[in-house]
Amino acid sequence: MPKDGIGASVKRKEDYRFITGQGAYTDDIDRPGQTHAVFVRSPHAHARIASVDTGAAAAMPGVVKILTGADYAAEGLGGLPCGWQVTGKDGPMVEPAHPPLAVDRVRHVGDQVAVVIANSAAEARDAAEAVAVAYEALPAAASIEAALAGGAPQVHDEAPGNLCYDWEIGDKADVDAAFAGAHHVTRVELVNNRLVPNAMEPRAAVAEYDRATREYTLYTTSQNPHVIRLLMGAFVLQLPEHRLRVVAPDVGGGFGSKIFHYAEEAILTWASSKVARPIKWTAERAESFVTDAHGRDHVTVAELALDADGRFLGLKVDTRANMGAYLSTFAPCVPTYLYATLLAGQYTTPKIWCGVQAVFTHTVPVDAYRGAGRPEATFVVERIVETAAKEMGIDPAELRRRNFVPADAFPYQTPVALVYDSGNYEGTLAAALAAADYNGFAARRAEAESRGKLRGIGLSAYIEACGIAPSAVVGSLGARAGLYECGEVRVHPTGSVTFFTGTHSHGQGHETTFAQIIAERLGVDIDAVEVVHGDTSKIPFGMGTYGSRSLAVGGSALARALDKVETKAKRIAAHLMEAAEGDIEFTDGQFTVAGTDKSVGFGDVALTAYVPHNYPIEELEPGLDETAFYDPANFTFPAGCHVCEIEVDPETGAVEIVNFAASDDFGNIVNPMIVEGQVHGGIVQGVGQALLEGCVYDDEGQLATGSYMDYTMPRADDVPSFSVSTQTTPCPHNPLGVKGCGEAGAIAAPAAVMNAVHDALGPRGVSRIDMPATPARIWQALNAA
Amino acid sequence: MHDFTYRKAGSVADAAARAAAGEDAVLMAGGMTLLPTLKQRLARPSDVIDLGGVAELRGIRVEGGAVTVGAMTIHDAVANSPEVAAAIPALAALAGRIGDPQVRNRGTIGGSISNNDPAADYPAGLVGLGATVCTDRREIAADDFFAGMFETALADGEIVTAVRFPAPEAAAYMKFPNPASRYAIVGVFVARTGGGVRVAVTGAASCVYRETAMEAALEADFSPAALDGMTAAADDLNEDIHASAEYRAHLVGVMARRAVAACGAGAAGG
Repeated sequence: MPKDGIGASVKRKEDYRFITGQGAYTDDIDRPGQTHAVFVRSPHAHARIASVDTGAAAAMPGVVKILTGADYAAEGLGGLPCGWQVTGKDGPMVEPAHPPLAVDRVRHVGDQVAVVIANSAAEARDAAEAVAVAYEALPAAASIEAALAGGAPQVHDEAPGNLCYDWEIGDKADVDAAFAGAHHVTRVELVNNRLVPNAMEPRAAVAEYDRATREYTLYTTSQNPHVIRLLMGAFVLQLPEHRLRVVAPDVGGGFGSKIFHYAEEAILTWASSKVARPIKWTAERAESFVTDAHGRDHVTVAELALDADGRFLGLKVDTRANMGAYLSTFAPCVPTYLYATLLAGQYTTPKIWCGVQAVFTHTVPVDAYRGAGRPEATFVVERIVETAAKEMGIDPAELRRRNFVPADAFPYQTPVALVYDSGNYEGTLAAALAAADYNGFAARRAEAESRGKLRGIGLSAYIEACGIAPSAVVGSLGARAGLYECGEVRVHPTGSVTFFTGTHSHGQGHETTFAQIIAERLGVDIDAVEVVHGDTSKIPFGMGTYGSRSLAVGGSALARALDKVETKAKRIAAHLMEAAEGDIEFTDGQFTVAGTDKSVGFGDVALTAYVPHNYPIEELEPGLDETAFYDPANFTFPAGCHVCEIEVDPETGAVEIVNFAASDDFGNIVNPMIVEGQVHGGIVQGVGQALLEGCVYDDEGQLATGSYMDYTMPRADDVPSFSVSTQTTPCPHNPLGVKGCGEAGAIAAPAAVMNAVHDALGPRGVSRIDMPATPARIWQALNAA
Repeated sequence: MHDFTYRKAGSVADAAARAAAGEDAVLMAGGMTLLPTLKQRLARPSDVIDLGGVAELRGIRVEGGAVTVGAMTIHDAVANSPEVAAAIPALAALAGRIGDPQVRNRGTIGGSISNNDPAADYPAGLVGLGATVCTDRREIAADDFFAGMFETALADGEIVTAVRFPAPEAAAYMKFPNPASRYAIVGVFVARTGGGVRVAVTGAASCVYRETAMEAALEADFSPAALDGMTAAADDLNEDIHASAEYRAHLVGVMARRAVAACGAGAAGG
């Protein structure tokens, strides 16, 4: 095996350029003759636009063009599309128009009303302040509760009661019957707090139009440039793919927020042909807070029925999910197919019902954010299991063990549509408990008590459905796209390799991981491999990176393409060595003829493919360049157990995480160091949700947490050193046996932290703390108890 | 930001003259509040007079039992000064917990106190230690300097040149930070001085103030127990999405007790 192959903790190839400031991000791109755009945005959560007067602004220095919603509407172009149609109990979801520039109404603070294009960003900003928009402010519904109240302000006329859909999974009568026979029922009310994604790099775009070729080019901060090309080209601007190139260069973090097709991308592309000059826009941080799609925002009531031994009989979950003011690209599927289908967790709960009401509010649209639905599901399941354990006096670890899907039960059909492919939940639980010294907790709690501190420990045995997704399955559930992946392996004449992938790396380390797989398979040096992503003009096609899919789906496309390369190379090698194709073996970059000492190197075969002098030219085309599209057979199911231990200072309410142990099963692992980094980052985001991050709108729909002065991002000193380890049950249905690791930490951690907080505070009579469990909230709860 | 004229002052007198000449001039010390304000277009000064080149405003002197910190001395210099650590360790500790390393290497004591943010740390240090603010025109007792939210006793164009801190017998500063901004939700500076016990509170109200009831209790018995059950009066305290007035009132008591304990332990506080 080559030293940098599968399983090696290779240092990331891309990091040198990142840490020396040589990354090329969208804002680093400057095109000749470039102009700058600034968007005029609504300061109101809800208002009627009486008029937009651009006269004074247009006369200001440096202004090139000002375009309004009326200008856009006059051209008969499309609105921003939604990529997933959920069908509820009463029919398809309500799908209101989403104009890229508001025409007569604004529906959230930050909604874009006009764009000012000028020679410099400063001139554009000056002129944007001079655009006179006459708003007639209207009452706003800024929360789920406010939007569902009788007489609530309506976000869209076509959505009475602000309901987007009322959806359910499972047979409620069946579940009610299970509850009727219960020994004990545990009930919890939960809020899954709204989060602002806060990628380090703000969104940005540069658009230009070439009058000679009639080609548009859009550089944008995207996790999936082909998806943007498809949505913007086919649905919004009606531009054919061959005249629309979308490039997502280096991207500084996405966490889901850069999956979606945003108005700024379409407006810049549309305007670029009007001004016949390139246009750049980069969001200011304050703008990111009010325009990047937010995450989570659920309110849930859940009930778990148990028998006398603590075996789960049934689960009922009633959730209301905030969609925000418009449907973002994949918003409808997040609280349904990425959420309710995970409510079996790691358990054999036989009967499950979940109802979800999706609600429009006068807030920024809500969509997928690291984990997307699965953190919300894990939070429900693991909070209610932990609560049930406390209520029944059963050790929380033991209660989980009694209900685990056994290791010999795979493939396992859950009552909520999914078929779990593999796993060993006892194994990850045992490893996590050992790493956390679970058995020594009582002594540590007593010691903490002697110092006046309240100590708690909490478990989270999570599962996720990743490797998104089998196209036919998601198609039947309302997805308006396939979710396969594409990879092209181009072997060059001298044996070096370029891999073109439809996935996109914005922090995941694909340039290293994919190179390791190629090094392993072809026996080439890792530095002889270049990974290319993020450009629709270079890569055949791609659905991008989200849902922990890059390795499980994109890596599988790579494996299939490598199979094709190997098959063809073997035929060339057989010809060169005058042997039968079936006798050729390929190991460590050498083709050999079984039972002989004949061999030929991979480089010689590559050269022969491109210099076909001695070549089976009548049977085989020259060249060594293979493409594969891979559509997964099933989701993958990473799972594991995280254990968090905390101390509360009862005088101030401050929480300190004193220990955090994670044991994860991601299937086979290509680069353990990258996996560890992904887990660390995910846990920190999960801790952020549990203890720190809370997006707050006031009753008028103004964002009260619109900057880092008020929105608490997790910092290094908020978390301890983590103990992370992996257990492996390979994925049985993809060629690499991999499951994905990018979202696990963010999915598992919130429940682990909050279970620990409740464990610490329970003895003081506190039964409910919502996320984020800030010192003020904890102090108040302790005082009220 | 909007356009403005940038001027670099060569001396205090030069800065004063340029400030007076400008139509709507502002003085810039470290710029830690001014620059974000300009970038967000919340201020539109005609001139920005940069004090960064005025050498006479920088430096730390310890003489006669007092520490004098030049107005343009950065927080990091105070935090890491062996002289300050020896004379008033609580002051060094306070400076070492302002903002983050970037802020501590740009922000200055003169800028901080002239801005008088209600949640800033230095005002508690000045009032707690009974410091004197020196300007280009006069000397002002800290008790008289901080006038209200973002308001000071400084006249138009008056420039802070230094702050003089008498060394206390014991002192400590305890801060409970806002989780997001890490400004003080409540910060309490307790000092036992020749002139009596002083308890200064920042973050809790619209302006730094002294908890006189706690001072009296500590005069009688300088121990944490002397403050048992004592909180601030919640009536006039700040309330925001991070902390209610009641919580702040409670934290004043907690931080004060911890500061007193830190005084006893000889520690500088945290």
